[in-house]
Amino acid sequence: MPTFEVSKDKLVKRIGRPISDEKLADRIAMMGAVVEKMDGDTWTIEAFPNRPDLLSEEGLARALRGFLGIETGLAKYKVDSAGYAAVVDKSVAGVREHVVAAVVKGVSIDEETLVSLMQMQEKLHTTHSRNRKLASIGVYDLDAIEFPVKYTTVRGDFKFVPLEYRREMTVSEILREHPKGKDYAHLLAGTNLYPIWIDARGQVLSLPPIINSAETAVTPDTKGVLIDVTGLNRRVVEQALHIIVAQLADAGGEAYLVQFGDSATPNMEPRKMRLDLGYCNSLLGLSLDWGQAKKLLEKMRYGVEGKDVLVPAYRTDVLHPIDLVEDIAIAYGYENFEPVIPQISTIGGEGREAIVERKVAEALAGFGFLECNTYHLTPAEAPAKMRAPAELVMAKNPVNVNYNAVRNSLLPGLLQILSENKHYDYPQRLFDIGRVVESRKSLKEEQKVAAVSCNARADFTEAKSLVESLLLSLGYEPSFKAVKHPSFLGGRSAAVVVNKKEVGVVGEIHPEALANFGVDLPVAAFEASLEALTS
Amino acid sequence: MGYSLHEHEKAILVALKKPMGQEELAKAAGLKSDSVSHASLWLLSKGLVRIDEKKTEKVALGKEGEEYLKEGLPERQALKLFKAGKASMAELKKKLGEKKFGIAMTWLTKKRLATAAGGELKLTEHGKKALKKKTSDEDALADIAKGKKVPAEAVKMLGSRGGLIKVTEQAERTISPTAEAKKLVKKGLKLNAEANLLTPKMIRDGSWKKTKFRPYEVGAVVPRIYPGRRHFVKQATDYVRKVWLEMGFKEMEGPLINTSFWNFDALFTSQEHPVREMQDTFFVDPEAGSLPDNALVERVREAHEIGIRDSIGWDYAWSPDVAKKRVLRTHTTVLSARTIAALKNDDFPAKFFSVGRCFRNEALDWAHLFEFNQVEGIVVDPDVNFKNLLGYLKQFFGKLGFAEARFRPAYFPYTEMSIEIDVLHPKGEWIELGGAGIFRPEVVEPLLGEDIPVLAWGPGFDRIIMDYYAINDIRELYKNDVQQLRTIKHWMKG
Repeated sequence: MPTFEVSKDKLVKRIGRPISDEKLADRIAMMGAVVEKMDGDTWTIEAFPNRPDLLSEEGLARALRGFLGIETGLAKYKVDSAGYAAVVDKSVAGVREHVVAAVVKGVSIDEETLVSLMQMQEKLHTTHSRNRKLASIGVYDLDAIEFPVKYTTVRGDFKFVPLEYRREMTVSEILREHPKGKDYAHLLAGTNLYPIWIDARGQVLSLPPIINSAETAVTPDTKGVLIDVTGLNRRVVEQALHIIVAQLADAGGEAYLVQFGDSATPNMEPRKMRLDLGYCNSLLGLSLDWGQAKKLLEKMRYGVEGKDVLVPAYRTDVLHPIDLVEDIAIAYGYENFEPVIPQISTIGGEGREAIVERKVAEALAGFGFLECNTYHLTPAEAPAKMRAPAELVMAKNPVNVNYNAVRNSLLPGLLQILSENKHYDYPQRLFDIGRVVESRKSLKEEQKVAAVSCNARADFTEAKSLVESLLLSLGYEPSFKAVKHPSFLGGRSAAVVVNKKEVGVVGEIHPEALANFGVDLPVAAFEASLEALTS
Repeated sequence: MGYSLHEHEKAILVALKKPMGQEELAKAAGLKSDSVSHASLWLLSKGLVRIDEKKTEKVALGKEGEEYLKEGLPERQALKLFKAGKASMAELKKKLGEKKFGIAMTWLTKKRLATAAGGELKLTEHGKKALKKKTSDEDALADIAKGKKVPAEAVKMLGSRGGLIKVTEQAERTISPTAEAKKLVKKGLKLNAEANLLTPKMIRDGSWKKTKFRPYEVGAVVPRIYPGRRHFVKQATDYVRKVWLEMGFKEMEGPLINTSFWNFDALFTSQEHPVREMQDTFFVDPEAGSLPDNALVERVREAHEIGIRDSIGWDYAWSPDVAKKRVLRTHTTVLSARTIAALKNDDFPAKFFSVGRCFRNEALDWAHLFEFNQVEGIVVDPDVNFKNLLGYLKQFFGKLGFAEARFRPAYFPYTEMSIEIDVLHPKGEWIELGGAGIFRPEVVEPLLGEDIPVLAWGPGFDRIIMDYYAINDIRELYKNDVQQLRTIKHWMKG
């Protein structure tokens, strides 16, 4: 989950009322964020991924001022028009078509504001914008730009000086060689047109979503900034801009519109959402009247107009009135709800597979076998080690290359365990019950049981007597039919037949399989499907 | 002073005239080596013998050692191929094979038998001598095969070549009588005066009445019995299942492999959500599965694209192909989704739970596993509310042994309200033990056809198991150490 660092003293100053560390941490938690670390004045705050607006000192303070009752209701953001204009070329459609922008002036971009802005930009990129895929944000020095600016496309041979480099590079070169180019080139894969921001003089601002130009970069002397957001999703693009504009405005900036033909951005006006108070009360088990609900909503920085709730433009998480209900609950305080156990009676019941697993496990434990707890993922070569090559269902791109397939049998796992326990007393008698996936073709999942007895005298008789006794004790009458099975020694293996159906195999594990796993003593084993017992 | 002695102990004391090794003593006392081993330990605890242990190393040939004993060490095999003090390296490689040639080269150089220059090997003075006489390590190898003692440096050198020899430690015991024992023997030990076993014959003919039975040393060490038993993790999960059953919940079961549709889309997790990337989720090959009935798919698509009823949705083009991708389930919530989709309007109130294995594509270390147990329950009931959720949580965690629970706001993509649960550990600290919430309307309405409250929660159960068994490394839950499985205490919570 996204985190950011904040100076606790500055945060408290911005909140505008003294508060103890303990109380502050508690209030942050009960508002729906987490103080992950307190290192002197530096606090690490974790915001839930649906609340990127909390990922800055300004944003967190804005929310806390409401939650603590210092300043409640909608935070209003004035956006003036000052003739800033942008032109969007039609060729961006299908490349990176959604675009919004804003100008913010009057904010002194000192080192700290700059760091805080960059921090927010980075967090918005990684979380809200899915690593720049859905949206990417550019911030430029307003004084280095001549309006109108233009959002258009260029070919791969187009040149400019990107950030972090002193020389001109072509777009193709940047995508190939520049560190940011390498990181994000995949977002522009499959096109030979590349999005670009240029100003009225032809000065490049940026190559979204990759890199800005060196010329227009923000410095600690910057007095005003142009912010643009481009991307693949209109809503995500707008929200990112609103979060940044609100942050800069809270830091003292004045926001200005950027005109795109007939429309202009940013639109910092709140969105209206109708709230049915009956729905809210019945879900929360409360009986709030509108006055009370309004107060609670205002604590969470919403506005209220009649039965409409005004949702701030920087909130990305309000999709449905249920999200308002949750904020009412948070404002009311989770700690203030009285837990009530409803007086309804329902009848519980175990699942059929669980019952069978329990019965079979109890029986095998009674026969002196130890149950094992194993992984469903296995090395893909396990069947080959059992001399029974099979194509398993594979995990794509597994982090652990040793566990890259879904098992089709429980026996390899048990042999592996035997090989890891050779220093303990024998006999070792083990069993496992669990799901396997039969094959890539069928993808059929089956609940199976397998048992192994490893000791110097282990033989077919021991294995057969175990599986026969087990099935008899469960009320089934098995018969046995000699079969050849590659994992078992020839002439010493049999199919287990129940109700005329082959349900498993029993016998002495083939010595080559034993050697493949590094097991030094003979193993009598069986494996059977439990499907007949579950259905 | 009187001693209660077993026949074996008496026999040992009589035979033990001087310090003896265990085997020697067994022969002298006419007992099995095992019996001497046990009885001498009893005598030790009574202060009648002293046991000194000396560790000795036993050296034997390894698999490769046996082979080289027959064929000669690789460097010896190479030496045999020299002609007039020279040999071509390419030729040696051809004749010996790549692996053996590599070993031979290493040791020809290490033992200074030959020098290499320009693809050719030349014998040194040392090497020339070695043609006629075996080197000391070869002698040692032969000696080891015969069971003779060899010098420590030879063992060290051969030991450094993996697989040549095996060194095992052996403990040799010397048992000596104490002064007290000598006194006892001098006074005379009565043998055979007591019976060990109550025999069927004694019972039948009544001779037990005249028999004196040897009394047992009740404090003596007895063998531990290793039973067959259920794995401790399974014992613990069975317990939590019992808690759900007692609360009137029905168990849900279902497949490990699911389409993304059930695992994510049906739970209103946007196709752009990071959890759906490869780093976190196990996608499986073969990848494309099939979607359920069209009406349901369309309702889910609508929830994502434009929102159902009062929702604005996620505002993107929902792709059926992305939804078809198969995954190893990342949560058992997929079972809840399937269950809700199968409910009918007159099934309420209904309560379900599941305990099951889930998967996340994660590196393996002491705190992380790529498989984990998830435990979760849902209540589908038009009449329940947030307060009831808190009530259920109190009751549930109370049954798990945590009398106090507190609740904080949290975030899960498919619940709203979302809760993080902290419980008060008996040690006095609050620990995070699970998540809970009410399913979002965008989840419930497409699945069920109407929006009614579905309460959901699940404890982090692996954590409870680890706490109970004082296990710090989560991998131990799947280690299957046979001795641990034999001896670990039963899950005694219920």
